[in-house]
Amino acid sequence: MANEMPLWEVFIQPRNGLSHKHVGSIHAADAVLALQAARDVYTRRGEGNSIWVVPSSAITASDPDQAGENFEPGEKIYRHPTFYDIPEEVGHM
Amino acid sequence: MALFDALLELADDHLVLGHRLSEWCGHAPMLEEDLAMPNMALDLIGTARTLYDYAGQVEGNGRSEDDLAYLRGEREYRNCLLVERPNRDFAHTMLRQLYFVAFMHPYWNAAAESSDEVIRGVAGKAVKEMAYHIRHAGEWVIRLGDGTEESARRMADAVDDLHIYTGELFEAGTETDDDVLPNRTALQPAWEATIDHVFGEAGLTRPIIPHPQTGGRTGLHGEDLGHMLMDMQSTHRAHPGATW
Repeated sequence: MANEMPLWEVFIQPRNGLSHKHVGSIHAADAVLALQAARDVYTRRGEGNSIWVVPSSAITASDPDQAGENFEPGEKIYRHPTFYDIPEEVGHM
Repeated sequence: MALFDALLELADDHLVLGHRLSEWCGHAPMLEEDLAMPNMALDLIGTARTLYDYAGQVEGNGRSEDDLAYLRGEREYRNCLLVERPNRDFAHTMLRQLYFVAFMHPYWNAAAESSDEVIRGVAGKAVKEMAYHIRHAGEWVIRLGDGTEESARRMADAVDDLHIYTGELFEAGTETDDDVLPNRTALQPAWEATIDHVFGEAGLTRPIIPHPQTGGRTGLHGEDLGHMLMDMQSTHRAHPGATW
């Protein structure tokens, strides 16, 4: 079944102007049926107005074993933009 | 009471097919279809509820949607024979769905112009649902018909079993006044165009049936409907008026 029904990742856009957001995955034989399955599984309660489906095999993921070198920058506080004075008039950025 | 009878024909079609689809709940070949079929079942049952409620008002004897759904025997049911056919396998279920919704889509499209406000309201919602059901069932008929040796054989078996019941869809049934409900016979070309389009991609041939099986509109049903109604009505008959 894994060969006939590959896995697809589902992305839903909740409203116009917002980004598509990953909501989960489904099995389907091809892209057309994957869109239908995504519609039936993930948009039953009016969650969105656009669906993307992507073959899970098309996603290249980072290696959890490299999490340290990838994601722990250490004490590099200069990477945080906290050394500027932001004028009051700018408000929240 | 022509309108009452015509509404019952329409409501019974939707309830019976909706119940048939709901029988798959928990038994579908994959989780995705286990959600898709009850979704479609609830679309149909929702339409049936509105129609029963309206039929009860038209009749004027105080019968509710539950009275009409749960307290009539099989000889009083007016659904066409196609919708009561048992699920058998997934190929039968998807083909039965395609046959019915390829008819109901142009039906509700025409009913959107009805002189009756309730019918126009039902049609506006149902026409979108039917478009999706055609897409869903149609894509499966194509993939099964043009799939593996076994799926093609099962789909061809389904056509052999079910096509004989499609002629009844176009029988006039109870006529109503004042353009309340569309003329079923006039919808046959639209239905055939949809079926031919799907069958062309599925590698199936639409059979020509000179003598279709009919009788549902006068209450002459197959044995299977009685079994289905027993199952569907048992709770209400054992506990009249039960709610939850």
